[in-house]
Amino acid sequence: MKEILILVLSAVLVENFVLVKFLGICPFLGVSKKLKDALGMGAAVIFVMGLSSALAWLLNKYVLVSLGLEYLQTMVFILVIAVLVQFVEIVLKKLSPALYKALGIYLPLISTNCAVMGAVLLNLEKNHNFVESIVYGSSGGIGFTLALVLYAGVREKMENTDIPEMFKGFPITLIGAALISVAFFGFKGLFS
Amino acid sequence: MLKDILIPSILLGGLGLVFGILLAYTSKKLSVKHDARIESIRAQLPGVNCGACGKSGCDGFAEALVKGEAKVGDCKVCGAEASLMICQILGVEISPQTQKVARVMCSGSNAISKKKFEYAGIEDCAAAAALFGGDQACSYGCLGLGSCVKACKFGAIVIKNGLAGVIESECTGCMQCISACPKNIIRMVPASSGVTVYCSSLDKGAVVRQNCEVGCIGCKKCSKVCPENAISFEGTLAVIDPVKCNNCGQCINECPTGAISSSLRFDF
Repeated sequence: MKEILILVLSAVLVENFVLVKFLGICPFLGVSKKLKDALGMGAAVIFVMGLSSALAWLLNKYVLVSLGLEYLQTMVFILVIAVLVQFVEIVLKKLSPALYKALGIYLPLISTNCAVMGAVLLNLEKNHNFVESIVYGSSGGIGFTLALVLYAGVREKMENTDIPEMFKGFPITLIGAALISVAFFGFKGLFS
Repeated sequence: MLKDILIPSILLGGLGLVFGILLAYTSKKLSVKHDARIESIRAQLPGVNCGACGKSGCDGFAEALVKGEAKVGDCKVCGAEASLMICQILGVEISPQTQKVARVMCSGSNAISKKKFEYAGIEDCAAAAALFGGDQACSYGCLGLGSCVKACKFGAIVIKNGLAGVIESECTGCMQCISACPKNIIRMVPASSGVTVYCSSLDKGAVVRQNCEVGCIGCKKCSKVCPENAISFEGTLAVIDPVKCNNCGQCINECPTGAISSSLRFDF
């Protein structure tokens, strides 16, 4: 139980996928303009990361390893992630057309998001078992959502501030992201 | 050797097939029906998003039309051409309720309404209106100098005795006269609307009476006799809702000044 908790906290805080590992920067910068969109995106990523970690682990253990086809790992994992993302897209289009429109191109881009692939591959590297894989994957998604929501709040506040002309737009966005990343380094050494 | 190529290919192929079937099934099950008519109808709408139709902007109205939750006539801003196109797209008959014509909401011809001064300037309503609002005593009255006549490409408006009137059988609903009138007293009404309050004056009853014999004084007698409750008031001005009105004409008899008339009264 304690190990699971440590796993969750490390994925969410200490080794936050976006702010510490710098994976998944694209949707982080692209969808963090509005809080509602950030939450929607985060939910989609948690779902994809958790499920793809599970499916990838199963496929890896029972098909790839037993048949000695480890070299197909990258392809199979990408296939699994892409299928899940397409599934989320179809469901979202039906259930919440507004969110679907708001996420725009960033929804299909979850499949090429290095955070999702990163979670799957890290599970492999750290030799997690089935439960640990799902937990790590979902917590990675939760950490991603946390980073997104935090930054969305900051950006919504920044809308009303006076930003120097040359920093307006992308430069100030990157600087803000850098500062939040620095804040997250404070969690280093939480579990030493 | 062959086994090493065959097995991975079958594996990946098999996985692809399974996932593909899964996605195809999900896609069919959770498909969102998109009617292509919505776009073509939306293109015909004015795009002002005024909400007068009661829907959420022109996009909402286009969707409601396709779903059958709205009538083409609900859009007050649509011209006759646009309404016709939308009716064709939806495959419905264009009805007199849908077809709209322009109507000049004033009865003040030279004999009936008083003038403030003698105007001897340019024969143009916009020019006259720039001079203290025109020579009519009633500030909402038709100036009768023919800006609307010039604007109409179909010859559907004429001036008779200093009052503009629309020949409704010739009117195509292009709405050019509406923009031309500096007093904004021309309005679009459904072609089926047979009874109208031919007055645009928002002045109080006493003032209206001073300026014009047939102006609406806001006595509200008409609304009391209307069997369909079609008459409402903008301040002291009676307005007949053409959708509710059944053209019975009771209000015409009741009106003490004669502001309400049948649309057939002018032999324009």
